[in-house]
Amino acid sequence: MDNSKTRVVVGMSGGVDSSVTALLLKEQGYDVIGVFMKNWDDTTDSGVCTATEDYEDVARVANQIGIPYYSIDFEKEYWNRVFEYFLDEYRHNRTPNPDVMCNKEIKFKSFLDYALSLNADYIAMGHYAQLRRDQDGSVHLLRGADDNKDQTYFLNTLSQEQLQKVMFPIGHLRKPEVRAIAEKAGLYTARKKDSTGVCFIGERDFKKFLKEFLPAQPGAMRTPAGELKGQHDGLMYYTIGQRSGLGIGGSSDSSEPWFVVGKEMATNTLIVDQGFNNPRLFATSLSAVKLSFVAGQAPAAAFHATAKFRYRQKDVGVTVKMDPADPTSAVVVFDEPVRAITPGQAVVFYENEECLGGGTIDVAYDHTKVLQYV
Amino acid sequence: MEHFYFDNAATTPVSPTVVQAMTDVLSHDFGNASSTHFFGRRAHDLLDQSRQTIAQSINAASIDEVIFTSGGTESDNTAILSTAAAYGQQGHHIITTAIEHPAVLKTMARLEQQGFEVTYLPVDGLGYVTVDQVAAALRPDTILVSIMMGNNEIGTIEPIKAIGAMLADKPVIFHTDAVQAYGVLSIDVQELGVDFLSVSGHKLHGPKGVGFLYAKTGVKLVPFMNGGEQEHKRRAGTENLPGIVGMAQAVRDLAGANKAKRRDQLLALKQAVLAELDQAGVTYHINGPDLQASLPHVLNLWFPGVPTNLALTSLDLRGFAVSGGSACTAGSLQPSHVLTALYGANAAEISESLRLSFGSENTLAQARALGQALVAVVTDYLQQTT
Repeated sequence: MDNSKTRVVVGMSGGVDSSVTALLLKEQGYDVIGVFMKNWDDTTDSGVCTATEDYEDVARVANQIGIPYYSIDFEKEYWNRVFEYFLDEYRHNRTPNPDVMCNKEIKFKSFLDYALSLNADYIAMGHYAQLRRDQDGSVHLLRGADDNKDQTYFLNTLSQEQLQKVMFPIGHLRKPEVRAIAEKAGLYTARKKDSTGVCFIGERDFKKFLKEFLPAQPGAMRTPAGELKGQHDGLMYYTIGQRSGLGIGGSSDSSEPWFVVGKEMATNTLIVDQGFNNPRLFATSLSAVKLSFVAGQAPAAAFHATAKFRYRQKDVGVTVKMDPADPTSAVVVFDEPVRAITPGQAVVFYENEECLGGGTIDVAYDHTKVLQYV
Repeated sequence: MEHFYFDNAATTPVSPTVVQAMTDVLSHDFGNASSTHFFGRRAHDLLDQSRQTIAQSINAASIDEVIFTSGGTESDNTAILSTAAAYGQQGHHIITTAIEHPAVLKTMARLEQQGFEVTYLPVDGLGYVTVDQVAAALRPDTILVSIMMGNNEIGTIEPIKAIGAMLADKPVIFHTDAVQAYGVLSIDVQELGVDFLSVSGHKLHGPKGVGFLYAKTGVKLVPFMNGGEQEHKRRAGTENLPGIVGMAQAVRDLAGANKAKRRDQLLALKQAVLAELDQAGVTYHINGPDLQASLPHVLNLWFPGVPTNLALTSLDLRGFAVSGGSACTAGSLQPSHVLTALYGANAAEISESLRLSFGSENTLAQARALGQALVAVVTDYLQQTT
């Protein structure tokens, strides 16, 4: 098939996954253009954001592959639509997922629009996810072949309209295979370390970063019974079920470590208790908001599926009961209790290999009791 | 796909005459001009011939007023840092403009860190500074005025001769960055009244990595590069002979009536582009002075509603190389300090303008094709977004 008339704009980050994405498309004969997205202004930063180095890697690899490369600046869009949301969630002591939002608002919206204005037929990304296109034109989002790397969790908000114009050329590969292809082609990025953490924070001190933008309100750290255990630096810094950062390890009464089991906003109190499997950490259901489905609507008013409540978690069986009055809200009942359901994170539904869609976790419940997580 | 180059203010293709002259030197004249043997003498002679060609081209009083450097940036740095070092006792005040090249502005910033005070003269809506502005900014402790001859982004030609005349009887060193102007304007350093003048080889269809600094006899010069005694102890380092000979050839190619002829050709190219835009009814505005008054090879256009980045990419994909006119970080454009100086920080012009710059290799047919590509890109984009 002659692909040379099909223009594909590849989002290139300077990493090995998007490098191989561009390489494979070029080998398949597409009219490939590499574009680096600059979403964060690093000029005032003390060298944490690696945009300059990453762009240099894009330039090197694109030249190796033999495709033109450019850069597009979405700093304003990222700030307004991703970072503001991120801060707002923290302001409400929830734990946001900026990567989900970045996909929804930047990579598969602003970037897609930009690519279309360059007369692109598709955009391609180095995500570990797969697409299946039906005869009737509908698109299904499937997990990446590499269980360990599957990124559909972050792509759950994507719509038919968006996915029609998308390619995931490495979704059928496992990470070691991707690296092997890069090695074989001699790409400069073949051995580049995978990026970790939220893109604009990188590996720097998260607490310090957040402090630059949000005033911290220190307060009391208490047991569920009300016993004062110490001080916390601000509720927003803590995520349900987390252990580190509590600052009260090695207590005399027991050797069991302490975990964040709740937040009481009215009194600015952090609730802590002992034991990884503390019962207060287990929920039996949740309510979800801002739901969307890849197919455009929920499969049924109530349906059984599997779900992930955080990236890389094992699927759990759930029953989703759609709110009859609001197609973007639902109650999700778990087949078995789940630890550390975190408001603000995404709940994403699957039917076997297919990602159906998802939403944002609003409230966690232990049967009828609201778990005080925000 | 055929590729067309319209970014001659960034750099120019090397002309065949220059390639030939450099190839001859690279093949035969490898000597070090400082050596006392046959090979050294040959190199020395080529150096002198080049120096003479260049000195004549600017009507320098002596051929020793021409110092070879690695390019415009080194020439600018040398003139400014040398003046600060040699005349710092006399005063700590410097006058420049807001629209200089970074080679000047960043050097000024460094001097500010060292305790110098720098006045950045604002420019008007076309990029001009006036003699009166310079005169009004002068202080008893002013030691240096550095003002570019022609602006690289918008092509404004500053009144260097008038400023030179005003400064003639004042104990102030006058430097002009003529990197963009030299290839298209007739330059007579005595008439201009400058003490220093910077030029770069690769903007003249000459090679990269070579330039010169005119330094008037009697003006103190503290070397920027330290080492051997080349260039009368004013610029250490073995001379880049092939580069210097190549630059001299590029200068020779511009001698006599050739510069004026080139000006006419370049102006015709600009007019050809604009004729296409006018014919198609595309909305645009010229940033900087109008065609007749600006550097003949620079044309900066504002296309309302069309982001610079997108236009650059679309044009490149069609085979047309132009510029956003300013520096990049991580491949994304930084707001132009020149357009900011013209219009203020939030003006639409800053993110919706393109710089087209022309050279000897461009033909009228190419210019018309560029005009048509601009029409297509602009109308396509505006159609998509409305």
